[in-house]
Amino acid sequence: MEQFLEARHIVKRFSSHTALDDVSISVPRGRVFGLLGPNGAGKTTLIRIINRITAPDMGEVFFDGHMFRPEDVAQIGYLPEERGLYRKMRVGEQAIYLARLKGMSEHEAKRRLIMWFEKFQITEWWDKKLEELSKGMQQKVQFIITVLHKPQLLIFDEPFSGFDPVNAELLKREILTLRDAGHTVIYSTHNMASVEDVCDEIALINRSHVVLTGNVHEVKQRFRTGLYEVIITDGDISDEPEKFCIVEASECDGLRHFVLQKNPTLSNSDLASLIARHAEIRSFAEQLPSMNDIFLQVVGGIQE
Amino acid sequence: MSKTFIIIQREFLFRVKKKSFILLTILMPFIMVAIVALPLWLSTIKDSEQKRVAVVDATGHYFEALKDTRSYHFFTAPSVLPEFRSDTCDVTAVVLIQDDLTRSTRGLTMYSREEISQELLSYVQTCIDQQVRKDKLSASGIHNLEGIIADIEANVTINTVKWDADGGETSSSTDIAIAAGFILTFLIYMFVMSYGGMVMSSVTEEKTNRIMELMVSSVKPFQLMMGKIIGVALVGFVQLAIWGIMLALLMAVVLPIIIPEGAAAGNVDPSMMAQMNTPVDPAVFNGGDNEMLQALQNLPYMELAIMFVLMFIGGYLLYASFFAAVGASVNSADDTSQFMMPMVFIMIFGLYAAMYSIENTNGPLAFWSSLFPLTSPIVMMVRIPFGVPLWQEVLSLVLLYGTAIAFVWLGGKIYRVGILMYGKKPTIKEMMKWIRYK
Repeated sequence: MEQFLEARHIVKRFSSHTALDDVSISVPRGRVFGLLGPNGAGKTTLIRIINRITAPDMGEVFFDGHMFRPEDVAQIGYLPEERGLYRKMRVGEQAIYLARLKGMSEHEAKRRLIMWFEKFQITEWWDKKLEELSKGMQQKVQFIITVLHKPQLLIFDEPFSGFDPVNAELLKREILTLRDAGHTVIYSTHNMASVEDVCDEIALINRSHVVLTGNVHEVKQRFRTGLYEVIITDGDISDEPEKFCIVEASECDGLRHFVLQKNPTLSNSDLASLIARHAEIRSFAEQLPSMNDIFLQVVGGIQE
Repeated sequence: MSKTFIIIQREFLFRVKKKSFILLTILMPFIMVAIVALPLWLSTIKDSEQKRVAVVDATGHYFEALKDTRSYHFFTAPSVLPEFRSDTCDVTAVVLIQDDLTRSTRGLTMYSREEISQELLSYVQTCIDQQVRKDKLSASGIHNLEGIIADIEANVTINTVKWDADGGETSSSTDIAIAAGFILTFLIYMFVMSYGGMVMSSVTEEKTNRIMELMVSSVKPFQLMMGKIIGVALVGFVQLAIWGIMLALLMAVVLPIIIPEGAAAGNVDPSMMAQMNTPVDPAVFNGGDNEMLQALQNLPYMELAIMFVLMFIGGYLLYASFFAAVGASVNSADDTSQFMMPMVFIMIFGLYAAMYSIENTNGPLAFWSSLFPLTSPIVMMVRIPFGVPLWQEVLSLVLLYGTAIAFVWLGGKIYRVGILMYGKKPTIKEMMKWIRYK
């Protein structure tokens, strides 16, 4: 898969601590890349290095196949975690001003802005001062400003914080639409619930190191627990030490629930047919860990 | 370059469109005119009521000397009547003369229920003094002594004449030169302080609301800084220009109404002006107004205008880039004071140096402080109406612009790092480090 952005062996030290220690990530083109990690792990520092807001002490960033050039920042749209726009300026004027600085003509900026404002149903905000809007409203405006100039790379730092579920869903859809339109997205968060919906690839940073990286499904596979949830209606199953053992059993409305621990050598269909021999299967599912579980396991495990 | 222009445009339009700016710009000339005109106007109306003063003159000789004025009416009374003491009486004061004042200078007493006004006191004093003097002179028995003394007391007026470079004579007025120099100095001081401060607070605002993180991907910090400095300067120019035009118009309209006798001086016909530009014997002009006008005419306007604009731009550039660097370094507006203090101190020193330089415009204080770039924009303007050698002006400008460019460069470096640096407490040492960043 073609890598759109690569950060190689990035080291960034501050006077009192090392924010990033030999961090490497690869962001494939046209995907949503989740940059995950607990608070203070170094996510924002890495983003600021990619944005050339700060310089790394060591390491390089490659952009679209070449060494990062200063002019490449024009191809980045950045939504910082700490949102900031001119509070006293009117929303429309402000958006046009920032768009013009990105090199758009006033006319083109206005055309695209009107389109976005209609899409988000916020046209009546055009002549309002920013400080008159609520926090969530301001974030919507800032999201539009970030994506307006159609940059190849979009970086969202905690984009959903401060949004109600309806607007978070709207934004999620827009991020996926942008991905499908060919934009590469870096999505930084410590909120795992949204990761599975949005991200294709992830890197988990903890204490200045990348501790986990890869495709979301792959990562989930890697963290397979070998636990299965089986519901049967008739018959009975009992431990077969060579093949599986029962971890948990319960009964409810004539349905018997089991959680089984499978022997790694056994395949899923082997297990299924093994059970089918003794009982009528209502449901058979592998218990895949959620990203939240993986996060807790990886980060928590290291911290212990 | 075009991005800098977009930034200038925003900084300019955003400020000019503010209600507070529009209000201040329009109201200020009226306020200034009111400050000048109101006292003048009040002084013309205060005489409307004539107060009564009783004169109890035992000698019967001095009452004649106290002529009525617009404010006071004098009348004789046989004695200090008891009713003069009562509140209901409309007599303001009583002048009691008990003795011949040529012999006893203590024979005069004034009574009143309230504190006697200085105006009345000095008027009575002058009238009586004159009368006593007249009496004494005539008592000497010398014929026409009064006339002789009047002749002796010639009031010599001094015409000040300045030789220009060609040895020609021009009439000059120290007062006018002081006023002109000081007004220009004060303008520069006010402008640099208020608009430099505006640059700083606006940079701090940009830093605290983190808009820089968005902007840095599209513009260079230096463009942003210069755009802001230039944009704010343009706002200042526009404001000054509007004030200048409005003040001139208002003065032309209001002053003749307030002081009708001053109107003659204000509306000199053009032919007279032309005549005054040619070097003429200053003795021709004897009237006070004409001398003032001529001194005004003889100020080195071209030199003043050019130097004012150059000093103004240089000084503003220097201080504004310093203020921008400070604004970018601090984490909140509260932290600016530690950096502002020394700068404000230097500027106030400059202002005081300018005041003392007026007394000796070519003395060492004036000379050195008009070359030192941090004070030269303030001090130099005071000196120019008195005449400054060209080499000093050029040297001062070279030093000022050299320093200003250095400040812009250094300020740009500090700004670039500082504007994106959060949480670090800015110290001089830290800022020095930022300058060295590539």
